[in-house]
Amino acid sequence: MNTGLEEQIGVLQERLPVFTRSVKGVFRRFKTGVLLLAYAMFFLLPWLPWYRADAPSQAVLFDLPGRRFLVFDLTVYPQDVVWLALLLFIAASVLFFATALVGRAFCGYFCFQTLWTDFFIWIEAKIQGERPARIRLYRQPWGREKLLKIGATHLIWLLASFWTGMSFVLYFGYAPDLLTSFFTGQVAAAAYITVAAITLGTYFAAGHMREQICTYVCPYGRFQSVMYDRETLAVHYDAQRGEALHGRASARSGMRTREERRVRGNGDCIDCGLCVQVCPAGIDIRDGLQYPCISCGLCIDACNGIMDSMGFPRGLIRYDSEANLASAQTTAPRLHWKRLKVIGYGVSIVLMTIYLGYSIFSRSSFEDAVTQIRQPLFIQLSNGDIRNRYQVRITNKQAVAEFYRIQVKGVPASAVELGNFSEVVVKPGRSVTVLASVTLPPEVAARTRELTFVITPRTRPEEAHRDVAGFHYTP
Amino acid sequence: MSEQHLQSQTVQTTGHAWDGDLQEFNNPLPTWWVYTFYVTIVFALVYWVIYPSWPFGKGFLTGFSDISYVNKSGETVTSHWNTRALLQEDLNEAAEMQKPYFSKVAASSFEQIAKDAELSGFVQSAGKALFTDNCAPCHQQGGQGVVSFFPNLTDDDWLYGGSYEKIHETLINGRRGYMPAFGEVLNAQQIDSLANHVASLSGIAHDANKAAAGRALFTSDSAACYYCHGDNGKGRQEIGAPNLTDKIWLWANVPAAEKAQDKVAAIRSVIASGLSKGVMPAWGERMTPDEIKVLTVYVHQLGGAK
Repeated sequence: MNTGLEEQIGVLQERLPVFTRSVKGVFRRFKTGVLLLAYAMFFLLPWLPWYRADAPSQAVLFDLPGRRFLVFDLTVYPQDVVWLALLLFIAASVLFFATALVGRAFCGYFCFQTLWTDFFIWIEAKIQGERPARIRLYRQPWGREKLLKIGATHLIWLLASFWTGMSFVLYFGYAPDLLTSFFTGQVAAAAYITVAAITLGTYFAAGHMREQICTYVCPYGRFQSVMYDRETLAVHYDAQRGEALHGRASARSGMRTREERRVRGNGDCIDCGLCVQVCPAGIDIRDGLQYPCISCGLCIDACNGIMDSMGFPRGLIRYDSEANLASAQTTAPRLHWKRLKVIGYGVSIVLMTIYLGYSIFSRSSFEDAVTQIRQPLFIQLSNGDIRNRYQVRITNKQAVAEFYRIQVKGVPASAVELGNFSEVVVKPGRSVTVLASVTLPPEVAARTRELTFVITPRTRPEEAHRDVAGFHYTP
Repeated sequence: MSEQHLQSQTVQTTGHAWDGDLQEFNNPLPTWWVYTFYVTIVFALVYWVIYPSWPFGKGFLTGFSDISYVNKSGETVTSHWNTRALLQEDLNEAAEMQKPYFSKVAASSFEQIAKDAELSGFVQSAGKALFTDNCAPCHQQGGQGVVSFFPNLTDDDWLYGGSYEKIHETLINGRRGYMPAFGEVLNAQQIDSLANHVASLSGIAHDANKAAAGRALFTSDSAACYYCHGDNGKGRQEIGAPNLTDKIWLWANVPAAEKAQDKVAAIRSVIASGLSKGVMPAWGERMTPDEIKVLTVYVHQLGGAK
């Protein structure tokens, strides 16, 4: 009955667990350094005090109810959203720039998925031991030892994940108060939901999914591949040197020096497999550059250690360009930055950074808008004079209250009516709307098309803003 | 990454065969889809219990989630869940948020409100909402009124006075403007003379002879215009008699008339037929004292504080 029916093959390959061996070396030290720096920033920044007159004394505070971000001495309001756009643009340019030069450096050293996975593997290794011990534990049936060790690992993972979520939420309120009210059940549901989501997300992404996030989920890893070209530096295995004529071979007796190996036609790779054991992505770099590689450089550290112990020169696995490796005469690897693409990214980073800096440092201490009230367009008064009315809106972006003087240029002062608010005080971070009216005799009104409002802060008269608003009259 | 992990499976058939070899694949729905479907069924069951759902007898199942709100007469009403009650609840919340501002308005004098930038900002926005709901149908959205029907509130001409107290009084008690129809007591020539005189008061082109005759009539006891509008035609705010000497016209549509004779004609027709439509309803019964206070300050601002 079933003859002639096609066979179907499962689309998703089951995950093979990856047990990484720890390794020492330059790249490992660099990764640890980045990890410590990033963690110090992320976990400690909410606790850094910073004196403020009008808000809690916290250096970085994302004040959502107040609709402002407080970052050290800078207050960012919703209308400053262009800064966020510039920041994202700069971040994207830096990513493109770095990728064109040295490949997926972001993935290997700076990405939070890499950092947290690294941290979780470190916890795992501290509790369960080195790679062989972890493999043994994985294979042995469930018992007291396995239960305790695996349980302890997961418990600490969950605690670390929780503190990750908690630290994230602490940026959105005054940290000491928020922490106590969090545990006494007094904060908004959104805070609990956020902490729960980040806790679970961190626990699964760094504890369970790990390299699968990079290979199956993350789009950055995929689109960074298209930024590679033949000059881009990447983690490569020097196959010419490692394999030679007859391939790699283990370092058994009679095969321990380069001369002996060369005579037999074998390369420098002694096939110890350490580069595979240390790889957090679970790949073999000797198969060539491949998409799961996050270019963390740990295989370079591993191989260099083996080369040292063998007395062979370092760099069998190294940062190099595809073009150099493919050439007949390989030279020392170097950065190929004299390329239009790289220079273009670099220039755009510099330009956008200058623009962002200029935009931030030339920001005004207040915002204002003058609009004519168009219902009705103009008003005829009992003596025949023509009146136009205006709404003057002033937003104080300083941390202290400020007085603003409102004047209208080019018309006599008696023509301008501001009620009690020719000078108005505005609280920090707040707005005030003042109604103004300008009354002109009909013959003057008929030739007046525009009025210029001048708004002058009392303590910063040099910052005075000019606003042009229309004056309407049709006789 | 070996082949043993690649699961292979064979697709089942329904077991039927037509025309000897025509078979039908039996591809069941994906498991995740089926379970999602079951979850939606459970969701529906829970939903039916919580919210009003099925028709039942003459009514319907009301569900177990109640909703409470305070109605206009201050009673707390609890009913089954429904969107109308939800709206009431939201309105209660909004009123609660406005309360501190309204009580500050209640505790301040009109002048204090006008001096406080924050409070007059509240009056601008709350007053605008109240004005739109209650006043705009006649006085128009911006308070500009309609000539021949509803007074303009943005100019400096006030029939009954433009002080806070007078506006407040107008809002609470309403107004009733009245002018007798003089067509019944005066002849056409007299009315024409009067119209020319009234036109002359605000500088509209007119016949000087007729105006002189009109002036005599205006202050005479036979027409008795002066009784309300005053000897010089400047009106009397205590009875709402308009000032005839200014450029503002409410009843006679003078601004719309192009030629001088049409302007005079517009005035003539008002004198002849009189007026009884100058009626402003009393709002004291319909709005709370706080709302009326907010509206008073709002309307005062419209007229540029005069």
